Amino acid sequence: MDVSAEAKRIMAVSISKLYASRAQRGGMRLHRSLLLSVVMRSARDLYHSACLAKEREELGTAHLVPVTPEEDAMDTTASGEQVEVEVSQVEPEPESPLTPTIQEPMSFDSEATQGACKTRTFIAKETVEDKENRSPVSPDRHSRKRRGKASVAPDFLPSKRARLSLELGEERVLRTGGRTCCRAGDVFTTLSLNSNRAIAAF
Amino acid sequence: MMFEANTGGGSNDVQWCFSQVKGAIDDDVAEADIISTVEFNHSGELLATGDKGGRVVIFQQEIENKPQCRSEYNVYSTFQSHEPEFDYLKSLEIEEKINKIRWLPQKNAAQFLLSTNDKTIKLWKISERDKRPEGYNLKEEDGRYIDPNTVTALRVPVFRPMDLMVEASPRRVFANAHTYHINSISINSDHETYLSADDLRINLWHQEITDRSFNIVDIKPANMEELTEVITAAEFHPHQCNTFVYSSSKGTIRLCDMRASALCDTHSKLFEEPEDPSNRSFFSEIISSISDVKFSHNGRYMMTRDYLSVKIWDLNMESRPVETYQVHEYLRNKLCSLYENDCIFDKFECCWNGNDSVVMTGSYNNFFRMFDRGQRRDVTLEASREGSKPQQVLKPRKVCADGKRKKDEISVDSLDFNKKILHTAWHPQDNVIAVATTNNLYIFQDKVN
Repeated sequence: MDVSAEAKRIMAVSISKLYASRAQRGGMRLHRSLLLSVVMRSARDLYHSACLAKEREELGTAHLVPVTPEEDAMDTTASGEQVEVEVSQVEPEPESPLTPTIQEPMSFDSEATQGACKTRTFIAKETVEDKENRSPVSPDRHSRKRRGKASVAPDFLPSKRARLSLELGEERVLRTGGRTCCRAGDVFTTLSLNSNRAIAAF
Repeated sequence: MMFEANTGGGSNDVQWCFSQVKGAIDDDVAEADIISTVEFNHSGELLATGDKGGRVVIFQQEIENKPQCRSEYNVYSTFQSHEPEFDYLKSLEIEEKINKIRWLPQKNAAQFLLSTNDKTIKLWKISERDKRPEGYNLKEEDGRYIDPNTVTALRVPVFRPMDLMVEASPRRVFANAHTYHINSISINSDHETYLSADDLRINLWHQEITDRSFNIVDIKPANMEELTEVITAAEFHPHQCNTFVYSSSKGTIRLCDMRASALCDTHSKLFEEPEDPSNRSFFSEIISSISDVKFSHNGRYMMTRDYLSVKIWDLNMESRPVETYQVHEYLRNKLCSLYENDCIFDKFECCWNGNDSVVMTGSYNNFFRMFDRGQRRDVTLEASREGSKPQQVLKPRKVCADGKRKKDEISVDSLDFNKKILHTAWHPQDNVIAVATTNNLYIFQDKVN
């Protein structure tokens, strides 16, 4: 799981840099914050993708709907707001697994499909909700309240997370258990929401 | 375009020699002494530096009569331009660091420059005083008043020479026009207006009017969560007073024409090079962010600097640059480490020589690079105290990217990333360059035979 470990590390570094920049003399730098959040989002997307792939490997492909390129065009028009399709991209080399996605939500080249000569795009709509890219006038926006502390903070996050998250008014995702991998991933979804809020606070 | 051979000539003809170094010698660098901007004036006689402590130091070139050696730059004036301030509304400190200095074209005996920190631009007048009035009837030389009853004869006060005094006085303060941090100022060729740019907006000022400015570019989205790019640099065209460009964090440059509309949100030209998909990584966006944009002196080209390269654009071609120079391509494999140690956010500047034949930019390990456009050659030089004997010729340096290091080469892993050259300036006519390391200013000149 080198990809997810690397992505997780980059996420942690990005988040700690974002937090540190709040204490910077002269205030948060918008340019720097933007670049940090872009990197963090790419890493988060890749991390989620890797987690999903691992999850699916464990569960089998019951939830999976692989889409062939011929159907992609139809899918783009049908759910254009959710998924953007990369059809022509060549498979990445194994040595450079950090192929980021700049289009949101995810389209990715999973390690599971290596060896295939065409990209497979998974419709992520059902399984992953991209909270930060929802329309701002989303109906459940009012329900984003602080629901309670997360039970255990992942060990790679900076220890000052609690204090700063109160300032940002983030919501805590309550996890009842389950796979460690995805729970950490969800925390990152929440925290990346805050990076947008950090920029929105300007 | 014909290049003249000996006027500010190409880098292969020139042997660069150490001339001077300004600043403290000790390794312990005080943060206030960190140089944040370097700029020659239009004649090249004056060289201004700004630092993190808000001070401006101006050096003046002494006119030497000896043909064997070039003139030296000596301190001409030092003044505190900006002080730290506090924004009470946002509970934020406003840094006094000087982000940019730009000289106004000279109109009379005095010199004028604009200096800016994150929020406020100031117009400074630098004038010389070399005579003073003497022989007052009612005042002694030391200022004490004379009793009028003791005056028996009248005399006319006259000006007598005195030791040269250089005075810097703030003539205008342009404040409260920027919500975000100012990254650029640029003086218009109309000699009346100038622009200031922050992350999201560009304002147009008149040099005489401080209480208002016109907003000419605004890229702030209605919902800040949709923000995807910021303005990183802006500059007026050197001859066309209606034209300016601004660069973005996404690697694009927009050219705007102020005649088209009052608000130049819609560009006249968009310069963008398609990304090479084989180079994609987590950090592609960061390294494509443009840190500096400079028009050539002739106004036909512009140069942009991103993290790894310098690009020359023909203003008539938007699809891709006409020339691309790799500054330190060996860093491409190190982007993750450079992200962790923050170096990937370093904002390098670039500059043209007087006749636009050579461009220069800085790198790490106190290296700086020159690219000769005509000769298609480049050279890496170092600004260090070791090479600092008078008239000592600088030896070209070479970085070894792979493991097979030759003699005199430096391996990538030995580079000191704390020693970075972000600011360089080239004399407008001669082969004299000013290179700023962290807290020292090096002046190099071509070898005089």
